[in-house]
Amino acid sequence: MRRRVVITGMGVVAPNAIGLDAYEQALRSGTSGIRHIPILDELKFGCRVAGVPQGVDEMAEQYFDEDELLAMNSSHRFGCIAAVDAWTDAGFERPLHDDDRVHWETGAVIGTGIGGIDTIGDRVVPMVDEGRVRRLGSTMVEQVMGSGVSARVSGLLALGNQVTANSSACSTGTEAIIEGAGRIGAGLAERMLCGGTEGSSHYIWAGFDSMRVLCRKHNDEPEKASRPLSASAGGFVPGSGAAILHLESLESAQERGVRIYAEVLGGALNCGGHRSGGSMTAPNPVSVRRCIGQAIADAGIDKGEIDVINGHLTATGADPSEVAAWADALEATPETFPVINSTKSMIGHGLGAAGAMESVACILMLRGGFAHPSINCEDVHPKIEPYAGSIPHEAREMPELSTIIKSGFGFGDVNACVIFRRWTE
Amino acid sequence: MARDETFGKVMEIIGRYAKNKDAIEGATEDTNILEDLKVNSARLVDVILDFEDEFDIEVDDEDADAVNTVGDAVTLIEAKLA
Repeated sequence: MRRRVVITGMGVVAPNAIGLDAYEQALRSGTSGIRHIPILDELKFGCRVAGVPQGVDEMAEQYFDEDELLAMNSSHRFGCIAAVDAWTDAGFERPLHDDDRVHWETGAVIGTGIGGIDTIGDRVVPMVDEGRVRRLGSTMVEQVMGSGVSARVSGLLALGNQVTANSSACSTGTEAIIEGAGRIGAGLAERMLCGGTEGSSHYIWAGFDSMRVLCRKHNDEPEKASRPLSASAGGFVPGSGAAILHLESLESAQERGVRIYAEVLGGALNCGGHRSGGSMTAPNPVSVRRCIGQAIADAGIDKGEIDVINGHLTATGADPSEVAAWADALEATPETFPVINSTKSMIGHGLGAAGAMESVACILMLRGGFAHPSINCEDVHPKIEPYAGSIPHEAREMPELSTIIKSGFGFGDVNACVIFRRWTE
Repeated sequence: MARDETFGKVMEIIGRYAKNKDAIEGATEDTNILEDLKVNSARLVDVILDFEDEFDIEVDDEDADAVNTVGDAVTLIEAKLA
């Protein structure tokens, strides 16, 4: 029998807000975190806007020691602030450096899509090419290794269970939650810090820009650039940031007597094998439907119990096929289709952090009984038009909101779907 | 440069990496960088690089390996500057 897993803490560093209350406020009011990024002009990018969390360096100075900061690139700063916030939100104190106690029953799965490529671009490549290897110093490896952020977090918080990093492109953050919940469910850990982080760097965004999958039409009006579900969607807006969820066995949470935000009811992970139209960059529609169906089966609920879909919905040409997949998998008509929204409309596409930042949005919606608006889609895409009534353009109060399904689909034809339910005693 | 001036600059650099902030205050030339100030051993590489930048010197690996106390660092730097 699988143990029940609940969420007892969260931290978020998003382009439109940092911290849970500010993030909820930004989500409710439809506040965009997309801004013009001057260096993208200079470097002649097609897309010159992005989502970058604001004021992080000043915050990081409050959170971390000087020597820790010397080894923390943007992805580390975002991820570690979010992890520390999730930890204290869950009712734990930050341990002192000279306290040798280890939290053997707490681990971490903190993923990244791209990793510390800003460190590689700014430091490693130029210095190595100049023959200055010995001048790189001791902090390069920990900033570029895939598990760098989870490794740093384990030291900040004295974690002693499995500490690892997952990577599955844009489904990374959602996958991390499913992986961590699975470990707790199987009785291998009591608590897991799960989520994703992605740095702010033109080196990360360049490859996507060259693929022409980024939005190029709204450089002059950044807040309107991220347009999921819209007829005028022209590609995604790159984002960055982090979110971490503190997952906990129900027994542990009840024993500690802490606040429970929501339950992780179930989830599913799969891959389309690059078949049936799927490829490195496009999803196999069969696998998407299968992943949604498996998540619902895993959660042990009926399709009709889904109140809100927080989609992957990036503002590329894939949005209409994603909506069609939801309608198919949920056997929903335009009349019965759940509310659907895209957090990316406000924060852009956070890549490896997307699923985590958007899952925090889901939990905040469950806590607050509302669906956040999906902005910039007043002109709903013609193929999505039948479901237009399901898209909130303003925050929609949903006092009875109980169950949200969150999806993440990624390059490599990989899919992740997780289902959250509001916690009621 | 006067030795105490060098000492001050050395401590400023090492202080960035010291986990034991309390020990910085009363540090002397006999203070051990790893054991007393609790600098992570991997970070000694960065401390040496910072010395190179601050004093415009070059420190080879053998010299760097011989630095255990704050005084060792001051002596090494003074010798390079002489």
